[in-house]
Amino acid sequence: MTPNFYLWLIPILPLAGAAINGFFGRRSSKLAITAVALVFSFAAFFMALLTAWGFSSAQAPYFCNLAHWVRSGTFQVDFSFYLDQLSLVMLLVVTGVGFLIHIYSVGYMWDDDGYYRFMAYLNLFMFFMLTLVLAKNYLVMFIGWEGVGLASYLLIGFWFTKDSAASAGKKAFIVNRIGDFGFLIALFLMIKHFGSLDFAKVFSQVTAWPTETAGVGTLTAIGLLLMVGAAGKSAQIPLYVWLPDAMEGPTPVSALIHAATMVTAGVYMVARSSAIFDRAPMAMTVVAIIGTLTALFAATIGIAQTDIKKVLAYSTVSQLGYMFMACGVGAFSAGIFHLMTHAFFKGLLFLAAGSVIHGVGGEQDMRKMGGLRQYMPVTFATMGIATLAIAGIPPLAGFWSKDEILWKAFNANWVYWLVGVLTALITSFYMFRLMYMTFGGEYRGRRAAQDLKHQPLDAHATHDSHGHDAHGHGEPHESPWVMLGPLVALAVLSLVGGLVGIGGRFEHFLAPVFEGTAGAELARQTAGEAASHTTEYLLMGVSVSVSFLGWLLAYVLYSRRPELPARIAHSLGGLYEAVVHKYYIDELYAALFVKPLIDGSTTILWHGVDQGVIDAAVNDSASAANHVSDAVRHMQSGNLRSYAGWVAAGGAAVIAYMVWMGVR
Amino acid sequence: MMVPLSYYLLLSGFLFVCGVIGFLIKRNIITIFMSIELMLNGVNLSFVAFAAQWHVLSGQVFVFFVMVVAAAEAAVGLAIIIAVYRTRETLNVDRVNLLKL
Repeated sequence: MTPNFYLWLIPILPLAGAAINGFFGRRSSKLAITAVALVFSFAAFFMALLTAWGFSSAQAPYFCNLAHWVRSGTFQVDFSFYLDQLSLVMLLVVTGVGFLIHIYSVGYMWDDDGYYRFMAYLNLFMFFMLTLVLAKNYLVMFIGWEGVGLASYLLIGFWFTKDSAASAGKKAFIVNRIGDFGFLIALFLMIKHFGSLDFAKVFSQVTAWPTETAGVGTLTAIGLLLMVGAAGKSAQIPLYVWLPDAMEGPTPVSALIHAATMVTAGVYMVARSSAIFDRAPMAMTVVAIIGTLTALFAATIGIAQTDIKKVLAYSTVSQLGYMFMACGVGAFSAGIFHLMTHAFFKGLLFLAAGSVIHGVGGEQDMRKMGGLRQYMPVTFATMGIATLAIAGIPPLAGFWSKDEILWKAFNANWVYWLVGVLTALITSFYMFRLMYMTFGGEYRGRRAAQDLKHQPLDAHATHDSHGHDAHGHGEPHESPWVMLGPLVALAVLSLVGGLVGIGGRFEHFLAPVFEGTAGAELARQTAGEAASHTTEYLLMGVSVSVSFLGWLLAYVLYSRRPELPARIAHSLGGLYEAVVHKYYIDELYAALFVKPLIDGSTTILWHGVDQGVIDAAVNDSASAANHVSDAVRHMQSGNLRSYAGWVAAGGAAVIAYMVWMGVR
Repeated sequence: MMVPLSYYLLLSGFLFVCGVIGFLIKRNIITIFMSIELMLNGVNLSFVAFAAQWHVLSGQVFVFFVMVVAAAEAAVGLAIIIAVYRTRETLNVDRVNLLKL
């Protein structure tokens, strides 16, 4: 017997919270807002836990039909939710990490004028994200997909009075639209060829199709278009540019949306569509190559960033690349595993970075930090754990998932593995660089100057429209426990979260979802081979040692010999400049797409069509009427005798006409 | 011996044209008013001439109507002229041009 999970309640609860806070939050007290936001997000988490509790007794894909939506001939789409192992993992990650970040936001955003707005948006985001992961068909998924984009836009531009934040929000939205375009076309293709958007119906038809090994067919097209959508949402080359800019949003947003949940939606979508990708090897290869390139590319940019959140942003892009690499080589469950552990440790990294920013008074430049270890020990400890986790030091979470991906990548093609290991080295290096610059050495902030201006007492009282990110105070200080609590919880998850993957248990759990794909076959083959275990341990050893190597490099460069990085940067010259400027990709896009678009719009559409044709037509007809009536109005002279003259002339004309007609 | 119809009509046309010309060239409102009466009477003359010629009474009846209307018009018109003179202190129609653009 399958228990009733009330699946529909899980997304609806945060929506209710968002509605209450959104409509009534302006007039409610902050405590009430906090209560609403936390209760509803916790309720969703609780429901997710209940679902997980009862999951083993359920029949694996569990459906929940809510309502009919589109009924057009044989084509039907319903509002319906779907629960299988994959959705369950996403459900737990989203509600769990989401709830922790809600708690954190209470402390982080408390002094902000838009507190109620922020909480409402966060809850709204949860609703859409849960809709996305629980969808039973692509169209409901698309609602969630667009909805999280909207929530992301609202939250990136949360401090909309700041110009950079407003334009970052727009950039994120527009770049995401490009991806969504691909996703939509893929949906249309599915409707055309399968007559349905339902996961089960589409996949059962797809498995009947032959694998498109030679040449390119419908499935490859669908796969590639889905990848375009995923690249937009999950910030992959070439659409990754929005994510670093999205750091303009408040830090909890960066943690929740731009690290832990929303940006992984692309990975989830690709994993969900594994049946399609499995039949389209070329699309798989493209996914793997894009993922691998993005992983390396973003990691190298991360080396030279000085903004603490930008480092983490590029790190996120890079880690997402790992996940796509995994999906691309058919190791979907490894990708999802990394998605989960990444949600833990990257969410933690962002929250800890937020705590640091909070502690040093809104400063994000790591060059002005340093020595924070003695001021904020809890933040240091938790962020340290996250750093160890992302660097892949065993036995923390990141090690297990990253190693799994690298092992699967090696089985597919050693080039992926090599790039992956190189990326792991760079990742480890820039993360420990971040740690040493932030927590090591001496505090390099403007403490002395600040002390004169601010009494310790009013340090907390002063705040401007930018809330915690920008309020000024002198001494770096530890954050309140409402912020540290989620840090500790996530640190525990980062510590032990990887253990669920030991011995392929996580993979085994997800296996029913990816049943029948080539990746599953590969796993079955490799599982039995004892010989490959030696290789596996060897590779594991390599990846662990590069992690330590990266740590060592960072230690030498940023702790032992702090003068070295500048010298190295100087000797590298142009290359270093290119990395600092993110390879000039933004400039390239500006020159290639943005500027032609703006110029074309300005000269052709604005000056040419709009002003030259449309406005001109309206204005010219108006002035023509003006001229004609100006000429005619002189008849209306107001002179009685001229009127009489007109009448007489008219009469004479009529008489002349009649006479002439009579004569004829 | 009957006077031929064409004589009457010629006289009628002459009177009418006199009225029209007077209406067009005179500036004094009183004179213009008199010109209008002249035109009306020119038309009246043609009515009675036709009535006498064809022995149809309706033409003569029509003339009475025209006279009644003309009398009423004279009463209203003179009242207007007096009102205009009181406000403008002139009877020159070219100076009564407030409606002019």
